[in-house]
Amino acid sequence: MASTANAIDRKQAQPVTMVYEHPFIVRFAHWVNAVALLVMIGSGLQVFVAFPSFGPKIPQKNFFVPPKAITLGGWLGGSLQWHFTFMWFFMGSGLLYVIYQVVSGHWRQVLFLPHDIKGVWPMAKHYFFFGKKPPVKAAYNSLQKLAYTSTLFFGVLSTLTGLVLWKPVQFWWLTLLFGGFRLTRIWHFISMCGFVAFIPGHLIMVALHGWNNFYSMITGWKREPEYLD
Amino acid sequence: MPDEREPPGQPGESHGPEAESAPDGGASRTASEQPRQPAHPPRVGPSGEPVRDLPPAESKRMNRRELLKLAPVIVLGAFAIPKWQQPLLNEGYAFGDWASGKLFGRHRLARTFSDHEVAPLERFPYNYYDVLYPDIDFSTWTLTVEGLVQRPGDYKLQQIQAFPKIVQNTRHVCVEGWDVIGNFGGARASDFLRAIGADLTARYLEVECLDQYYESIDMETILHPQTLLCYEMYGQPLPPGHGAPLRLQMPTKLGYKQAKYLDTIRVTNVLKDDRQGYWEDQGYDWYGGL
Repeated sequence: MASTANAIDRKQAQPVTMVYEHPFIVRFAHWVNAVALLVMIGSGLQVFVAFPSFGPKIPQKNFFVPPKAITLGGWLGGSLQWHFTFMWFFMGSGLLYVIYQVVSGHWRQVLFLPHDIKGVWPMAKHYFFFGKKPPVKAAYNSLQKLAYTSTLFFGVLSTLTGLVLWKPVQFWWLTLLFGGFRLTRIWHFISMCGFVAFIPGHLIMVALHGWNNFYSMITGWKREPEYLD
Repeated sequence: MPDEREPPGQPGESHGPEAESAPDGGASRTASEQPRQPAHPPRVGPSGEPVRDLPPAESKRMNRRELLKLAPVIVLGAFAIPKWQQPLLNEGYAFGDWASGKLFGRHRLARTFSDHEVAPLERFPYNYYDVLYPDIDFSTWTLTVEGLVQRPGDYKLQQIQAFPKIVQNTRHVCVEGWDVIGNFGGARASDFLRAIGADLTARYLEVECLDQYYESIDMETILHPQTLLCYEMYGQPLPPGHGAPLRLQMPTKLGYKQAKYLDTIRVTNVLKDDRQGYWEDQGYDWYGGL
């Protein structure tokens, strides 16, 4: 009996290998940004209800009227309050993240670079067409890097186009860069579509990869990751 | 050992574990040669992530510590508390207004457009909130001037039209999201205010309108060279729907700031909390600058 108990103790005391995948700033920025992004999308859609078109006011051709259930703020004034408050959290967390990634060198984990291109298709084949799973070599595979880097792109696009829509006169040079005020509304909408395309895929993947993976975005540490086997 | 890395005579002394943990397979050899080092010297993940081997209890403690560090994010939950929500959102607006004032270039001009880019008058939309055309007797209409002004009183339209006329093709941006390029003519608000001896260091211009609309605007914007006391559109007297006989026209502000059917203007340093502007008092942003 005693020797069996000792064996169990020894087994339980086996060290676990932990990898610090997500530094504090990254986790903090991720969660602030997650909240801010949902508020920005919901309130932005309610703002769009006031003029759901990309053309002239006269004659007005509606593009798409967002249903009430996915909007935030109730009316134009209310949604603008949310939009113009959470844009600071959105920009702040984005800026904090980008500065940290650059300064710390942590961008290597996630930034999609040309040498990642060849890894995208095998991974997509695995996810969507039940192809063979490519070996896991790092925290993020090429397809993940592509997805996360694209959100960075949409983040920059939504911020810059948002600045133009907020202050087209003060940021006149940005207004020109995006092809004028009206075109900028379209870019701003497209950046939102980018996030809306990303979020469900991201959530499904998080659900499929289980608690250990999800928990690592809260504590930073991933237990026994596949790529260290 | 021909490939031994340590200089002879100092076995395992001068090299820190970092130097030995190069990802070349040397780590395990070092561990066997240096029994005083931990069983697993510091390792890093594929992108330089720190790696640690810990007893389960210790790894749990570490996770809990890191989880607690994330607690500040919960502060955002304050926005979900009904009692705090509106005050917090007001703070958000206030911060934006502060930033807007800093960003505003007193001499930065809004873009002007050529005549062929201007929308025809019948395609220039306008919003109203109460009555479409307030009943105004143009023969007796005057602009009442009050507040921090040396020569307050009632000014006739002709007196305003006596100032140099500025004609500009500028973009009118509505808070709803639409925009339209129009042709506007009028006197510079700054010319008028200087002529009547207004205190240009005052902070605000309050505006009251004949349709009971009201507004308040920062003095910086009022003194902007493109801010007009506008009495013409497309070379004709201001049409009734657009605010006849006199309106504010400011290509550096959203449409709702550009009050129509002017009745009284007041130069002041104080705004009442519940008299910021018709729409502002219901939730629009006070600064409303472009």
